[in-house]
Amino acid sequence: MPTSAPINIDFYVILATLLFVIGAFGVMIRRNMIVLLMCIELMLNAVNLLMVAFSSYYNNADAQIFVFFIIVVAAAEATVGLSILILAYRQLRSIDISIFNKLKG
Amino acid sequence: MIATLITQILGALTIAAAMMVVLSKHPVRSVLYLVVTFFFISGLYIMMNAQFLAIVNLIVYAGAIMVLFLFVLMLLNLNKEAEPKTPTLTWVIASIAAGTLFVVFIAALKDIVLVTRPGDQVAVSNIGLVKNLGNTLFTKYVVPFEISSILFISAMVGAILLAKREKQTID
Amino acid sequence: MGFSTIVYILLLLPLLGGLTNGLFGKHLPKQVSGALGTGVIFSAFLCVLMLFNHVNEPVQIDLFNILRFDSFSLEINFLIDQLSVWMSLIITGIGTLIHLFSMGYMKEDEGYYKFFTYLNLFIFAMLLLVLGGNYFVLFFGWEGVGICSFLLIGFHYSDPVKGISNSLAARKAFVMNRIGDAGLIFALFMLLSTFGTLNFVDISERLSEGVSMHHLTVLGITLCLFLAATGKSAQIPLFTWLPDAMAGPTPVSALIHAATMVTAGIYLVARSNFLFELAPLTQDIVLYIGIATSLFAAIMALRQNDIKKVLAYSTVSQLGLMVVALGLGAYTVAIFHVTTHAFFKALLFLGSGSVIHGMHHEQDIRKMGGLKKVMPITHWTFLIGTLAISGFPLLSGFYSKDEIIGHLFDQNPVLYGVIMVSVLMTSIYMFRLYFLTFHGTFRGTQSTWEHVHESPWTMTLPLVILSVFSALGGLLNLPGLFFHEGAHWLSGYLHGAPGMHNIVHETPNFSTTLGLMAVASALSIGVLAWAYQNYVRRGSVAKSDEALNGWEKLSNRKLYWDEWYDWMVVKPIEWLGFQTNHTVEERGLKSGISGLGMLTGKAGNALRKLQNGYVSSYLSWMVIGMILLVVFYLLNGN
Repeated sequence: MPTSAPINIDFYVILATLLFVIGAFGVMIRRNMIVLLMCIELMLNAVNLLMVAFSSYYNNADAQIFVFFIIVVAAAEATVGLSILILAYRQLRSIDISIFNKLKG
Repeated sequence: MIATLITQILGALTIAAAMMVVLSKHPVRSVLYLVVTFFFISGLYIMMNAQFLAIVNLIVYAGAIMVLFLFVLMLLNLNKEAEPKTPTLTWVIASIAAGTLFVVFIAALKDIVLVTRPGDQVAVSNIGLVKNLGNTLFTKYVVPFEISSILFISAMVGAILLAKREKQTID
Repeated sequence: MGFSTIVYILLLLPLLGGLTNGLFGKHLPKQVSGALGTGVIFSAFLCVLMLFNHVNEPVQIDLFNILRFDSFSLEINFLIDQLSVWMSLIITGIGTLIHLFSMGYMKEDEGYYKFFTYLNLFIFAMLLLVLGGNYFVLFFGWEGVGICSFLLIGFHYSDPVKGISNSLAARKAFVMNRIGDAGLIFALFMLLSTFGTLNFVDISERLSEGVSMHHLTVLGITLCLFLAATGKSAQIPLFTWLPDAMAGPTPVSALIHAATMVTAGIYLVARSNFLFELAPLTQDIVLYIGIATSLFAAIMALRQNDIKKVLAYSTVSQLGLMVVALGLGAYTVAIFHVTTHAFFKALLFLGSGSVIHGMHHEQDIRKMGGLKKVMPITHWTFLIGTLAISGFPLLSGFYSKDEIIGHLFDQNPVLYGVIMVSVLMTSIYMFRLYFLTFHGTFRGTQSTWEHVHESPWTMTLPLVILSVFSALGGLLNLPGLFFHEGAHWLSGYLHGAPGMHNIVHETPNFSTTLGLMAVASALSIGVLAWAYQNYVRRGSVAKSDEALNGWEKLSNRKLYWDEWYDWMVVKPIEWLGFQTNHTVEERGLKSGISGLGMLTGKAGNALRKLQNGYVSSYLSWMVIGMILLVVFYLLNGN
C-alpha cells in the first residue's frame, strides 16, 4: 500500500536502536536459554528494520537483499542453536544458563 | 498523515511487545509476544513498501523459526516454577548498561549527515516490490543466493546430527 | 753491541728466568732453580754496568707504536739516561745479593722455585718501571710490581697458623696500592689530554720551550702523581700496608719493601721533576707530608718489639725523609738517599733475616739478646747498618741525611727542628733494636739457645758486601767540604736526566754545612752513648705488652692508626656493601625483578576471575565494550 506521507528517518533510527537495546537488555537479563536465543533474534530484527528503512531512504535495493540473507542466516543459526540446546538439556537437565559454566577459568 | 500516524503507532506497539518479550516470566508467553513483535515489524515493512520482505519475515521468522522455538519449549516441558531467577544486582547492571548503550548510540547517530534528499524523509519507493527485488536478487546476488543453499544444507545436517539420540542416553 | 740490544737483553733476562722457573721449576733441583734465578739477575747487572759505561745523554729506544691519533699517541719506548741507569744499578745489584741470600734462607721451603719465579718477575717489572720512556710503560711496571708484591707478601698463604693473616696483609697492600694507582691513572689521562704524549723527553722539552699550562691542571697532575707515590712509597695516608707486609719472607721485605718497590714513588716524582717545579703548592704538600710521615713513623717505631716491624717503620720514616727532599726540589739528593738507604736497609733486613733464621723463626726481640757471641758476622754487619742509618759520622747515611737536612735548614729552620726530632728518634730506636738483639743476656728458651748458629755463606756474603757499601757509600755524593773536584758526583751525574738540568739548587754554604754536620754527629754519638749506657750497662729490657702504658703503649699500638682507618674507611665501606647487598640486591632487585614476574602472575590471577563461565556476564562485558568503543569514536572521530 503505497503511501504518500513521508516520515523522518530519525524515527526509524531511534526505533531500531531502541529495539536493539531492548534485545541486548534481554540477553543480559534472561537466564532461560531459549528466551535468550529469542532476544538475539529480536536484535537481528532491529537491524533488519533499520536496513530496510535506509534502503527505502536511498532507493537502493542492496540493503533489502542483505536483510534477506540475514533472515536466512538467522534461520540456520536458530536451528543449530536449538539442537545444541536440546543436547545440553539432555546432559544437565536444566536450561539455566548459569549452570553452563564449565568453561570457567 | 494517516500513514505517519499508523507508522508511529506501529512503532510504539513494537516497543511494547518487545518489552513484554523480555520481561514476561512465562517462556511460552515470551515466544508469543515475539511473534506479535514480528507482526508489527512486518507492518512497518509494509508501510515502507518493502512487500517481499514483509511476507518473508512473516513466513520464515514468525512462521517457521518461532514455531521451532515453541516446539523445543514444549519438548522441554517447562513451567513457570522452573524459570530461573535473576539476582537484583544483575538487573541493576543490565539496566544501566542497556540505558547507557541506548544513549551512546543515539548520541553517535544524531548528527549523521546523510545524503541530501528533499526534507530528510523516507519517501516511498518501488524497490521493495517482488518483481524489482527478484530482479536484483537473481542477477547481482545470485552467487550468495546459491551459497546460502549450502548453508541450509549444513544447518540441517548439523541439526540432525546434534539432536540424534545416542544409544546409551538415559532418557 | 748497540744500546737497544743491551736494553732488550737486560729486560728479557729476568723475564726468561721467571718463566723458566715458573714453568719448569718444579722439576729442577733446588740448587739449579736458585742458581738460575740469581744468575739471571747478575747477568742483568752486568748489562746495566755496560750501559752505565756508555751513557752520556738521554737515549730513547722506541719499540713500537700502540695508538696514534691526531691529538695523542701512545708508544712503547725506553729511556736510557743517567737516572734510569742509576736506578737499574741499584735494582739489579741489590737484587743479585738478595737472590743469593734467598738461596740460603728459603732452602727448606717447599715453594722454592715459586719464590724465585716471583722474584725474577718482580725484577722484570721494576726494570720496566725505571727504564720506561713514558708514563705508559712506567704504569705497566707500576702495576707489575704491585702484583708481584702481592704474590710475595702472601707467599705463605697456606701456612696453617699465619696463612690467613698473610693473605690479609697481601690484600691490604694491594688495595692501598690500588688507591694510589687510581691517582696515577688520573694523572695519565690529564697528561695525555694536555700534551698528547706521555714521553718524558717530549714533555720536558715542551715545558722548557715555554708551553704554559693552566696552574690548576699542573696542580691536579702533580697531586695525582704524588698520590700514586704515597701509595707505593708508604707515605701518609697510604702507609699502613708496609708494616703488615712484613708477613712476607724476609728477602721479600729486603728487596721490595726496603730497596726497590717503595722507591718507585720517589722515582716517579723525581722523573716528573719538570712538572713538580711548576706547582709550588704541591711541593709544599709533599714537604709537609714527608715531615709528618717521618715523624709519626719514628714515634711508632720506638716501642715495637718485632725486629721486622721496627725496620718497617724505619723504612717509612726514611722514605718520609726522601719525600722531604723531593718537596724541597732537591731531586738528586733524594736519589742519593734512595741509594744509601737501599744499601743499609737491605743490609739491616738481611741481617734480621739471618737472625731470624738462626733463631728458628723467632722474631720478638724480647726473646733475643747476647747474640753477638754466636753470630759474629751478622753482628758486625748489623752494627754497621745501624750506625749508617743513625747518621753516624762518615758513614753513608750521614752524608745523605745531612744533604737533606741542610737543604731543609736553608728553607725553613722550624721544620729543620722537627726533622731533627725525627732523626733523633731514628737513632734511639735503631740502637735500641741493636742492643736488645745482640747484647745482654739471652732471654729466650734454652732449646733455642742451643740451636742458634751463624748463617751459611750464601747469607753472610751479601751482608758483608752490603756493609761495605753502607760504610763507603757516602763517597758518591760528598759535599763540597772534601775533595772539591769530585764533590757532589752523583748530583752532577744525575743532572743529565730530562728536566734536571733546569733545576739549580743552592747548596748551603760552608759554615752552615759544617755546623749542621756537627749537630747531627753530636746527636748520633750522644744517642749511641746513652743507648749503650741504658741497655748494656743498666741492662734495661723491653717491657711485655701488658706492662706498657702512656706514650709507650701509644707507640707500640702504632698510634692506633690502623684502628682509625678501620673506623673511618673500612667500616663505612663494609656497611655500604652490606646495605647494597641487603637493600638493593635482596629487596630491591628481588622485589623489583622477580616482583615483576610475580606481578604478572597476580594480574593474571585477578583477570582470571573475569572468566566465570556465565554467558550473560560475557554479554554484559561485550555491551560495555561496545559502549566504550562508541564513546571513544565520538570523542575522537568527529
